[in-house]
Amino acid sequence: MPAVSKGDGMRGLAVFISDIRNCKSKEAEIKRINKELANIRSKFKGDKALDGYSKKKYVCKLLFIFLLGHDIDFGHMEAVNLLSSNKYTEKQIGYLFISVLVNSNSELIRLINNAIKNDLSSRNPTFMCLALHCIANVGSREMAEAFAGEIPRILVAGDTMDSVKQSAALCLLRLYKASPDLVLMGEWTSRVVHLLNDQHMGVVTAAISLITCLSSKNPDEFKTCVSLAVSRLSRIVSSASTDLQDYTYYFVPAPWLSCKLLRLLQCYPPPEDGAVKGRLVECLETILNKAQEPPKSKKVQHSNAKNAILFEAISLIIHYDSEPNLLVRACNQLGQFLQHRETNLRYLALESMCTLASSEFSHEAVKTHIETVINALKTERDVSVRQRAADLLYAMCDRSNAKQIVAEMLSYLETADYSIREEMVLKVAILAEKYAVDYSWYVDTILNLIRIAGDYVSEEVWYRVIQIVINRDDVQGYAAKTVFEALQAPACHENMVKVGGYILGEFGNLIAGDPRSSPLVQFNLLHSKFHLCSVPTRALLLSAYIKFINLFPETKATIQEVLRSDSQIRNSDVELQQRAVEYLKLSSIASTDVLATVLEEMPPFPERESSILAKLKKKKGPGAVSVELEDGKERGELNGGGDRGGDAAIAASNASTPSPSADLLGLRSTAPVSGTTPSAGSLLVDVFSEAGPSATSAGVNDDGFLSSAPPTVASEDPAPPLPESDELLNKFVCKNNGVLFENQLLQIGIKSEYRQNLGRMYLFYGNKTSVQFVSFNTTVSCPGELQSQLNVQTKTVEPLVEGGAQVQQVINIECLTDFIDAPLLNIKFRYGGALQNISLKLPVTINKFFQPTEMAAADFFQRWKQLSQPQQEAQKIFKASHGMDTEVLKAKLLGLGTALLENVDPNPENYVCAGVIQTKAQQVGCLLRLEPNAQAQMYRLTLRSSKDTVSQRVCDLLAEQF
Amino acid sequence: MQFMLLFSRQGKLRLQKWYVPLSDKERKKISRDLVQTILARKPKMCSFLEWRDLKIVYKRYASLYFCCAVEDQDNELITLEIIHRYVELLDKYFGSVCELDIIFNFEKAYFILDEFLLGGEAQETSKKNVLKAIEQADLLQEVRLLTDP
Repeated sequence: MPAVSKGDGMRGLAVFISDIRNCKSKEAEIKRINKELANIRSKFKGDKALDGYSKKKYVCKLLFIFLLGHDIDFGHMEAVNLLSSNKYTEKQIGYLFISVLVNSNSELIRLINNAIKNDLSSRNPTFMCLALHCIANVGSREMAEAFAGEIPRILVAGDTMDSVKQSAALCLLRLYKASPDLVLMGEWTSRVVHLLNDQHMGVVTAAISLITCLSSKNPDEFKTCVSLAVSRLSRIVSSASTDLQDYTYYFVPAPWLSCKLLRLLQCYPPPEDGAVKGRLVECLETILNKAQEPPKSKKVQHSNAKNAILFEAISLIIHYDSEPNLLVRACNQLGQFLQHRETNLRYLALESMCTLASSEFSHEAVKTHIETVINALKTERDVSVRQRAADLLYAMCDRSNAKQIVAEMLSYLETADYSIREEMVLKVAILAEKYAVDYSWYVDTILNLIRIAGDYVSEEVWYRVIQIVINRDDVQGYAAKTVFEALQAPACHENMVKVGGYILGEFGNLIAGDPRSSPLVQFNLLHSKFHLCSVPTRALLLSAYIKFINLFPETKATIQEVLRSDSQIRNSDVELQQRAVEYLKLSSIASTDVLATVLEEMPPFPERESSILAKLKKKKGPGAVSVELEDGKERGELNGGGDRGGDAAIAASNASTPSPSADLLGLRSTAPVSGTTPSAGSLLVDVFSEAGPSATSAGVNDDGFLSSAPPTVASEDPAPPLPESDELLNKFVCKNNGVLFENQLLQIGIKSEYRQNLGRMYLFYGNKTSVQFVSFNTTVSCPGELQSQLNVQTKTVEPLVEGGAQVQQVINIECLTDFIDAPLLNIKFRYGGALQNISLKLPVTINKFFQPTEMAAADFFQRWKQLSQPQQEAQKIFKASHGMDTEVLKAKLLGLGTALLENVDPNPENYVCAGVIQTKAQQVGCLLRLEPNAQAQMYRLTLRSSKDTVSQRVCDLLAEQF
Repeated sequence: MQFMLLFSRQGKLRLQKWYVPLSDKERKKISRDLVQTILARKPKMCSFLEWRDLKIVYKRYASLYFCCAVEDQDNELITLEIIHRYVELLDKYFGSVCELDIIFNFEKAYFILDEFLLGGEAQETSKKNVLKAIEQADLLQEVRLLTDP
């Protein structure tokens, strides 16, 4: 082995590194570095030409400085010069510098690409590998453009050295990940797949990463890899530990390759061919058997490598989800690991079991480990392991063990790490609701939750308990009794006061018969908490008080006195003051009948998805809570129970849709315009007619308590899409950038780009006013079946948009299969207190995933004829609604995303186009013909594609464009 | 694999390899956050953690932490052994490698890594083959040295 820092070791570099290490302070280090940078700069600029060695040394110093975390803004040119040196070490340092410090300076990229090109064609394997490493390290689009065509050839050429093949495979993988549209495997596909059969294990190891990635994107084209992978795997699994020589790692034959083979198979369903499937099942059984054999070495590397394969095999078994026998064996194996002394194995077993819990075959088997998992939650010393245990408990929960699991999670909450409390609270709340058989248990659980971890109980959780209590009359009395008891505690959480205030205000009468909880006792209890609470809670309590006046006339005098006190009626907070004034007035002026109508019991809430579940989904990302999705029915039954006045409530809630109040208490200081008053409002206006301007009514009707609709929830629903949203969508069929929407407050701009079946859209929200928007929130949803057709991901935007400012949001779109509807974009914010709620259609249309296809006339007509079945064609004849200018038409057709084919149609007036729509599931070829008739000002548009829905949709979209 | 970081117990980065395009600013932020997170963990804790939407696999060798970020579907244990194999390669090349070797010969550490992992995937897992490639390169430089004037 060569000694380190050999003859050519750069002494100057070593001295410099020592200097830096000897620096006593950050300042000293910066000073030393600046000195060195000045020195290098002068050397590079100096008249004397530097020799290769000096250049290499200085470039290497620059690299070192950069890796220390300092900026480097020169030296790139010198590094590029090194690339063309004929000395290996100089070239090598040049490449390293380029790999680490890429600069998108186009002039430089051209020079770099030139040097790479020379090395690739040098036929010197060492140089070729250096060049390939550089491409793989940089992976830029420019490099993909220059080399994506060349590398597949190097990869499959018969005379390429093995080491070069390995580099070429992974280099291509990197380019494919960065620029999938530029890497076209086409004719190479089959030869690349056959690399799985290569004699050299290293070549197989490298190539399989490429094949796995390509297979996951184009499963059909690569499906022959399945049988090759199975036979390769089978050979490895059955080989003795010494057979594979240096590819055996601590007595485990080819662990990396085995894992990758098992991973590749997870891109596909179980093999259809019985023989292949049998062989694979045999492999999986062997792997499970080996886990039971005594270890061949005590080294952790041995067991890690062996178990890596085992876990990957279990992943495959779970992926197939069709072999009950294997699933149960996998579960038993993981059960053993749950008690293993290696923390890593316990962690992975908990994680892996989480997915097993959702399979019908193994759910019961997973449940048998409940005690071990609960124990892990209590005793594991590492929070990340405890987190896994909590996840698993959540996943294995069902009706049979819900009470136990919820109890354990509650008791864990008392000592849980702060970082995971909020999530735990949400999970407990969801499980309690989902598996509630009797609602007193549910109410107890949530109140316990507030008691134990009140700070982590988000609004959604306590809103939800109120919704459920309101909707279930069989639990209202119990709830009132329980909150009354809970409020007796000397210190109780503010969230408890909120729930208590709300529930006693509604249902306090149900427990008022008992002298221990007589109306006045209830009131005094609530009011004893008043002064310790924040403004929103106080506002809620004031509403509870006015409800008390209605429920219990005997409390009227006491409450009026409280309302009349200076601390209420002259409160510096406008909202509290307004409530006090209005409630006082209301209670003294209105007749009992009017009071009873205004302060009527809340009607049931309309059935909707649990907001808690929505929140957990948001927290964990989609997929993480899939377990609950099957359960919509149970929840419906739980929550839609009460049927009193349901229709009226919905009608009222519709009437008040534009009414603001996104939070329960609607703490707004400004009054909404009277036009938004809900149905009950007119009544209120009457009541107050002598009291003055209509503004007074507002304070009441934006209060969740008083308006007869449940506004909290109703007004949070996204508005229906604007009537003009289809038109706005059509504007973007043939273009990707522009202004999507504009009103007096807000402008929404769009920039988007699409590649293959992927798209990225940038939305720019501009605040046109000089006032900030608060609670600014946008959501993108895929209604109905679109959910399974498009995968849309967004990042949340900042909730504040300053006046005149613009915020940006990125939306990533993946087209899974062809689709018709557009995703909905909902924007909500408060402007000067009023809630704005706008829904638009996001201009994502199927044609965005077109890939243009050039073809000659003969090809075109041949394919046209192949697509002659009636359902493959869609046609429209329509009147021109714009001018019929040739250039405009061409621009629109190109904007559609197809290739405009010249000299194909015999009639030069006509236009024909071709393209392929790229979806994850399949590619749909599409041909188009547009025949303008200038005299009649008419068009005939014909679309043909292999899929009827696609022809129809593209035809519909395009017909709106001319 | 998305990236690999080597850092000392004092939190100084000794090697960083990024397999996904990220701006310099993002890289610095990620390294800072992650180094802090890992240094705060106790020795007996498990080698894996969830971090943002990635899985972090790390292991400490003497004064150096080796840390890899892999994606959701990647295998944690085999990643742990990727780290170990890289340590073995460094050890064999430098002969009982220590942190100083990596500081003073950082370029070699990068070259060895490139032979072993490329684009974030294992290129060659045979220790012999990786070292042979590096040796050949070293040999190439010695020959040049001899023939140079």
